[in-house]
Amino acid sequence: MHDLAFDIAHLLAGSLVLVSFMMIYQDRLYALLNTFALQALLLAMAVAWQAFTRDAPHLYATAAIALIFKAIIVPWALHRVVARMGIQRTVETVTGVVPTMLAGMGLVALSILLMLQLTEAAENPLAREDLAFALSVILLGMLMMVTRRNAVTQVVGFMSLENGLILAAAGAQGMPLVVEISVAFSVLIAMIVIGVFLFRIRERFDSVDTEALDAFRGERR
Amino acid sequence: MTGADALFAILVLPVAAAALLVLLPGYRASAWINVAASLLTFLAAASLFVLERPAPGNFLLVDDLNIVFVVLNTFVGLTAAVFSASYIGHELETGRLTPANLRFYHAMYQMMMFGMNLALTSNNIGLMWVAVELATLSTVLMVGLYRTHEALEAAWKYFILGSVGIALALFGTILVYLAAQPVLGEGTPAMVWTNLIAAAPRFDPAMLNVAFVFLLVGYGTKVGLAPFHAWLPDAHSEGPTPISAVLSGLLLNVALYAVLRFKLLMTANAEAVAPGPLMIGLGLLSLVFAAFMLYPRRDIKRLFAYSSIEHMGIIVFAFGIGGPLANFAGLLHMVMHSLTKSAIFFAVGNVAQIKGTQKLAEIRGLTQSHPALGWGLVLAVLSIAGMPPSGVFMSEFLLVTTSFARAPVLALILVFGLLLAFGALLLRLTGVAFGTPTDEDHPMAGSLVPLWLHLALIYWIGLHMPRAMVEWFQTVAAILG
Repeated sequence: MHDLAFDIAHLLAGSLVLVSFMMIYQDRLYALLNTFALQALLLAMAVAWQAFTRDAPHLYATAAIALIFKAIIVPWALHRVVARMGIQRTVETVTGVVPTMLAGMGLVALSILLMLQLTEAAENPLAREDLAFALSVILLGMLMMVTRRNAVTQVVGFMSLENGLILAAAGAQGMPLVVEISVAFSVLIAMIVIGVFLFRIRERFDSVDTEALDAFRGERR
Repeated sequence: MTGADALFAILVLPVAAAALLVLLPGYRASAWINVAASLLTFLAAASLFVLERPAPGNFLLVDDLNIVFVVLNTFVGLTAAVFSASYIGHELETGRLTPANLRFYHAMYQMMMFGMNLALTSNNIGLMWVAVELATLSTVLMVGLYRTHEALEAAWKYFILGSVGIALALFGTILVYLAAQPVLGEGTPAMVWTNLIAAAPRFDPAMLNVAFVFLLVGYGTKVGLAPFHAWLPDAHSEGPTPISAVLSGLLLNVALYAVLRFKLLMTANAEAVAPGPLMIGLGLLSLVFAAFMLYPRRDIKRLFAYSSIEHMGIIVFAFGIGGPLANFAGLLHMVMHSLTKSAIFFAVGNVAQIKGTQKLAEIRGLTQSHPALGWGLVLAVLSIAGMPPSGVFMSEFLLVTTSFARAPVLALILVFGLLLAFGALLLRLTGVAFGTPTDEDHPMAGSLVPLWLHLALIYWIGLHMPRAMVEWFQTVAAILG
């Protein structure tokens, strides 16, 4: 029974990484939002499974937040934002899909090598692999934020990054404040989504580089 | 009143004031309530010096180190509130802000003070993270307050980069917990800083190393260290000027405080990698990079934003070198930078209102047209550039001499960066302060009292540092190792 529990946790955490890869090659905004909803659903299942096997009822709250807020409300709200504001439906990328996928694989290899070596002494194999998967999801989320131009896709990249963090926090045995942290993150995300909508951030920001605003401030000769 | 009450007041006053300010419609009353709340918070913080300190709990802590930060934080919070009260009405008259914006602004000001005070007094690394996030969020809202294209883009950039930074810091925090959990057991005690520092020698060093890298990059983004600084110049130049003063003088310190706490954890573990070289590297990179970036600036607020990156680099370098003298220099420099940089932003806010522009080329001859403001700006910029007899000169001198004794090559790079920045600031200052005045459009609204108060403090400390302050800093420098 214990092995089965481990396998299921492993499967769920692994599929989060897989879905992160799926998000990298989506070129339609709606498809991207749906894929994100799928990742949030998987996260909710992974956290709930942890709560069940480790008998940690407070993690159910985190799982519920992930399910209701991130798998349902936020994708729905972003769908409406995209529709209402007439944002371009295709995803603009900085680099092609192939180099991004290759970079993603490199990042996953890196995080697995780093984390497995680091936690060699740990007695709990689940925590080890969860951490490796979590770091992969975090790095893939960052990769997505870097290689996308449009505000909505950057937000999706950030939320995916945050899924990795919640996975890591839930995998760390007995970590306090996990629920509080996931609430804090939900507030953050809600603000981003509201911000995108209210302030009509529809223009794409070509980069998050200081030079971009230098031009506005008359600093470019 | 006991220390516990004072600590309670530091946290509850800003929250209560924020709740009140959300409800109040008139901006004049709000501005003075903002000042009053900041004054009471400052008094409560200052009383921590004399009152008996509360015992560290699972969530809050007062010790020699964070008292310095809290008092500085609430003091500059107070002077910035005074400046803001005299300044912000003008923004309403020129139509840049609406009354609803101002109501929001004052409430957010107190929320931000709450976030920073909580981060500085927390004894729990999880709580500290949540508090830093709160302070970041409230400043993001303030940076975007003008709703212009530039302001929104600056706020967005700050938001995205700040969020990524803070996400990495959380991952580092989780790793610290994982390192602590085998030693301290599961649950809250393994996130309490006083427990962590006591048990740090028994933590897994490899785990701590990786955790520190994440924490340094994460909180380092908020400190504004190059190459993670991209948000800082935009955020400083697009928000209301009182917020630029608070961002530069206080929020950067809060993130720095988080880095220092984790640095202590690393040095407590003998087998973990020494955090010094990493901090020295990032510090010097920020210093030299920012010093070069000072030259091509055309916008007065962006100029001083880059100068903040430069000074944060110097401070991180000082703490990276370590040892009683360098730590003393780092602490003194941090205090002096907060006071001086916020004084500069108080002056710059007035300048921008008078001239109706932030372009350096369109600001000329301030010492002739507005002597009190112009000479105040001259004195403040000379101080930040490191001219004697200001306090900044003292800390830089101390840092240069100790680093020459300990690491001559690094000291050369430090001196190179300092001189480069000195040249840039003086070049820009002469243009702004002297020459034939350009036409002015608006009368000056902002108060000059906070500017001159800060200047008096800076030069007083530079000329004659009070004995009690020296002793206090020596104790703290010894804690920092």
